Amino acid sequence: MTDLLQLVSFGPDGWGRSLALAALMTLAVASTGFAIGLVIGGLLAWGRIAGNLGVRLGAEAYTTVMRGIPDLLVIYLFYFGGSLAVTNLFQSFGREGFTGVPPFLAGAAAIGCISGAYQAEVFRGAFRALSPGEIEAGRSMGMHRWLLFRRIIAPQIARHALPGIGNIWQMALKESALISITGLVELLRQSQIAAGSTRRPFEFYLIAAGIYLTITWVTQLGFEAMERRSQRGIHRNTP
Amino acid sequence: MDIAFLTESFLKLLSGLPLTLELTFFAFVIGALLALLLALMRDAPLWPLRAFVRTFVFVMRGTPLLVQIFLIYYGLGQFRPFLQDLGLWSVFREPYWCAIMALALNSATYGSEILRGALGSVPPNEIEAARACGMSGVLLYRRIVLPIALRQALPSYGNELILMVKATSLASIITMMDVTGVAARLIAESYRPVEVFIAAGVIYLAINLTLSRAIAVVDWWLSPHLRRATPKQAVPHG
Repeated sequence: MTDLLQLVSFGPDGWGRSLALAALMTLAVASTGFAIGLVIGGLLAWGRIAGNLGVRLGAEAYTTVMRGIPDLLVIYLFYFGGSLAVTNLFQSFGREGFTGVPPFLAGAAAIGCISGAYQAEVFRGAFRALSPGEIEAGRSMGMHRWLLFRRIIAPQIARHALPGIGNIWQMALKESALISITGLVELLRQSQIAAGSTRRPFEFYLIAAGIYLTITWVTQLGFEAMERRSQRGIHRNTP
Repeated sequence: MDIAFLTESFLKLLSGLPLTLELTFFAFVIGALLALLLALMRDAPLWPLRAFVRTFVFVMRGTPLLVQIFLIYYGLGQFRPFLQDLGLWSVFREPYWCAIMALALNSATYGSEILRGALGSVPPNEIEAARACGMSGVLLYRRIVLPIALRQALPSYGNELILMVKATSLASIITMMDVTGVAARLIAESYRPVEVFIAAGVIYLAINLTLSRAIAVVDWWLSPHLRRATPKQAVPHG
């Protein structure tokens, strides 16, 4: 046990510091991806609700494809495909050899594109929960599109979508472990390195699992608090 | 875009299809049985059982599947002599079984929550009526509770099956040559990720669309009471 504590200590022989930094990297890449996903999801939902036939079909095809393909393949596409594109671009400017995209960017973009597809569905569901009368009432008060969106639609969508969005955050966080295959030193990659050099994979993967669990748990509590806050003043029939 | 290379990769990727389907099938079936067990334990009268299931579900849902796979495949390798004594090493040595185990346990926790919700949605008066007819225990579950609950759970469990198909791709990281494993090898060999991605994506989409159609058919078949009556069946009352 003292042996184990030494392994994860923050001293020069311990892995504590690296693991803590790696956990921050996990948080950074997951939240960047999640934020990209929010934007993509919002645009997709907008397209599916208010777009013309072409836009609607395009957005629907995107969500179907992204939700039907393994995340790992999407990450491969972004990492290797991105590197290929960058290499070609640089070579056309006369720079020889291979240029890789930063794994952080490729990973965050992949998570963003995947979680965007799921977030679009959540937003769309939340929009459906909006009563059409509210939008009509807004219109009859002379509100125009942007004002209507800002004052009537967005606040209510945010409230209805919050639980679903919380689930997608958890998904994005857990997906971020897959980015370890690109070599980005996030929590899982760092645990792999530690496990390899100490030959104690069981302990290190267990520690990694514990850190992931802590992050999901704490952020879940945060989302629950936000949900409660968003429900202030909402009359509910349930006891 | 190179169509010849695209078809070539597609054919090569098909060689990984049996493994993907096999992993999905075994992990799903084992996972579903465990899920039912967990769901029943979750509401068992013994509190240690309930606490165990709650903790287990919390831990499995809060950690990435890849970490769970690594923990079982690489982590348990640390206890090789012990596992050899138990005669279990031949199981834990194989990435195939480790992947199935991790996928099944993972799916069991998500499935148990779905089934718990479905079990809770069984109307109490149905159970009361069954008890009044003298059914109890296994008979009550077999005839009344499970059929109603499973029908209720089917749409969500269908989603779980699709997630399982996608999750099997993680087995490729522990050296399994499923569709994603072959795709990773092809990308490394040819360095043409876009074509390989499209070919592999088509295979996964085909599996998932087939499965979701199949689930819709089963759902339709299991819920005759929700179908709109055709004019021939609609007999006016009175």
